[in-house]
Amino acid sequence: MHIVVCIKQVPATLDVRVDPVTHNLIREGTESVINSFDENALEEALRLREKFGGTVSVISMGPPQVREALRKALAMGADAAYLLCDRALGGADTLATAYTLAQGIRRLAPFDLILCGRHAVDADTGQVGPELAERLNLPQVTMVKKLECDGKTIVAWRECEEGTAVWELPLPAVVTVESKINTPRYPSPIGIVRSAKKPLTVWTAKDLDVDEDQIGLKGSPTRVLRLFSPQRTSHVEILPGEPEEAARALVAKLREQKVL
Amino acid sequence: MQEIWVVAETYQGRLAPVTLELVGKARTLASGAGGKVTAVLLGSRVTELASELIACGADTVLVADHPELALYRTLPYARVLTDLIEARHPDVVLFGATSQGRDLAPRLAARLRTGLTADCLDLSFDKDGLLVQTKPSYGDNVMVDIVIPRHRPQMATVRPHVFPAPEKDAGREGRVEVVPVHLEQADLVARVREVIAEVEEASKLEEADVVVAGGRGMGSKENFNLLYQLARALGGVVGATRPPVDEGWIDAAYQIGQSGKTIAPKLYIACGISGAVQHTVGMEKAKVVVAINKDPSAPIFNLATYGIVGDVREVIPALIAALGAHK
Ligand SMILES: Cc1cc2nc3c(=O)[nH]c(=O)nc-3n(C[C@H](O)[C@H](O)[C@H](O)COP(=O)(O)OP(=O)(O)OC[C@H]3O[C@@H](n4cnc5c(N)ncnc54)[C@H](O)[C@@H]3O)c2cc1C
Ligand SMILES: Nc1ncnc2c1ncn2[C@@H]1O[C@H](COP(=O)(O)O)[C@@H](O)[C@H]1O
Repeated sequence: MHIVVCIKQVPATLDVRVDPVTHNLIREGTESVINSFDENALEEALRLREKFGGTVSVISMGPPQVREALRKALAMGADAAYLLCDRALGGADTLATAYTLAQGIRRLAPFDLILCGRHAVDADTGQVGPELAERLNLPQVTMVKKLECDGKTIVAWRECEEGTAVWELPLPAVVTVESKINTPRYPSPIGIVRSAKKPLTVWTAKDLDVDEDQIGLKGSPTRVLRLFSPQRTSHVEILPGEPEEAARALVAKLREQKVL
Repeated sequence: MQEIWVVAETYQGRLAPVTLELVGKARTLASGAGGKVTAVLLGSRVTELASELIACGADTVLVADHPELALYRTLPYARVLTDLIEARHPDVVLFGATSQGRDLAPRLAARLRTGLTADCLDLSFDKDGLLVQTKPSYGDNVMVDIVIPRHRPQMATVRPHVFPAPEKDAGREGRVEVVPVHLEQADLVARVREVIAEVEEASKLEEADVVVAGGRGMGSKENFNLLYQLARALGGVVGATRPPVDEGWIDAAYQIGQSGKTIAPKLYIACGISGAVQHTVGMEKAKVVVAINKDPSAPIFNLATYGIVGDVREVIPALIAALGAHK
């Protein structure tokens, strides 16, 4: 079985502010990590490989420092890593990202399963998985909390408004996973040593056979108009006194507000 | 003229609340811009729901009724919507940011090669008639305004509960058009075996008017009993942050936040919760927030309407007593 896992590198902390003057993002620290849901995707891929044998490839589009994230994925157990890295790919929205990843994944064919996270925690869109599935003309199932596979078909449990829907679809397919699906392993010391010898291939736009009009900023239909801080004015009314007194005051307030 | 479409969602033969909220919002947007609102209703035996969409503000309801559309699946739904959008060229297509909308909208956006903004909290038209889509980012620490200047339709998924449910006007007039459904074999490769209704209490969390949530500060599984007592006194449901779930004090189905449920109750009581953004993204739409925490500088107080600085083991029993005394 050949499983491809899409990995995005994201800032380690979401504690980000907007500079009121320049309107640029101010980030606390510059540390980056693998998007947590993508670690779940990788873990699921590794478990499937344990069951069926085969290869797990990880792929990411991003700047050169994403190598770090890919090295960690190799240390966790992935067999090969691919980085799609080119200035021309910068400024991509989800549509352009999905197109570029699809072109990269086509080069890895044949494959049986593509796994993504349910969303990236920085932009929180969750769009790349389904957009990728469309570009590759494959069926999809998203936000999966439990997955079973017999090598030819998958059965996927996904939460929906009515409860849990159980989907069944043939491979190859694109699946995006929830954090509930598993607990990702840590890289073992041996894994870390072995990963140094595993291949990490970098592809530029030229290597990918991409249509220039569909990549990077040019290939992105959406434009960011502005960034701003959410209105978070604190109006908290602290109810003072001993617990009994504060509790009575609170109940009175809640009646006043008609929430009781 | 702006042609605004809302893709309707139904559960068990009823329209989803977010669908009605979106039709109401689309009506407001269309009235300001001299536009029209169309709701697209997909399903099996759903035609009779069209009148409710009209009462909420739709001018036209396009009904795609077909047995294969009974349960939501990505590909048949995407096929029907692609055919309709390519034939009629709406300017804007809106979806609820639900498990269905967030699965379907990006599939469609990629097929139509257009832009899509996820999980919007607000929508407006700018002076040039472009849809300005406001979405949160970095776990709601940053807001972003996004536009789709040249591609059509402009698409967005919108978070439930951000717009009010519209007043229904049973006398409103509108047109119902039943559209043909052409599905291909390739659209039917995925099958939904079954939908397991969540019978547990946890399913009530998202609908509950009152949620009493506990965090690490509750200290133990035994102390969680205080929350159940308080919830009972208030007619509410218990929820939690992630640490109590990790500790095994409560089942994961009750987790609220980024990797749990999103709720918008009338009253939310945070007990021993610090207010980390991964948690607050799931509850910040609550109307009245009460925070009980022994640390006066806990960030949860920034979000709270009322706060009590104290130990949950003392404050919660006092609160239960005060509620009893009032009855
Ligand atoms: C990718 C990712 C996803 C996540 N998803 C979620 C999610 O969906 N939901 C979620 O909740 N978290 C989530 N988290 C975890 C989140 O970051 C926080 O760690 C978590 O919300 C903190 O929970 P807490 O407030 O209960 O605990 P803490 O932050 O430890 O806060 C405990 C609070 O209790 C107070 N306290 C202690 N003892 C008492 C007492 N006796 N009386 C009164 N107050 C007391 C303390 O002052 C403190 O403020 C996620 C994290 C990551 C990285
Ligand atoms: N630049 C990227 N490189 C590789 N995978 C990505 C990238 N962006 C998004 N993904 C994948 O798509 C998922 C959803 O991302 P998003 O649509 O950005 O929320 C992520 O969890 C990843 O699996």
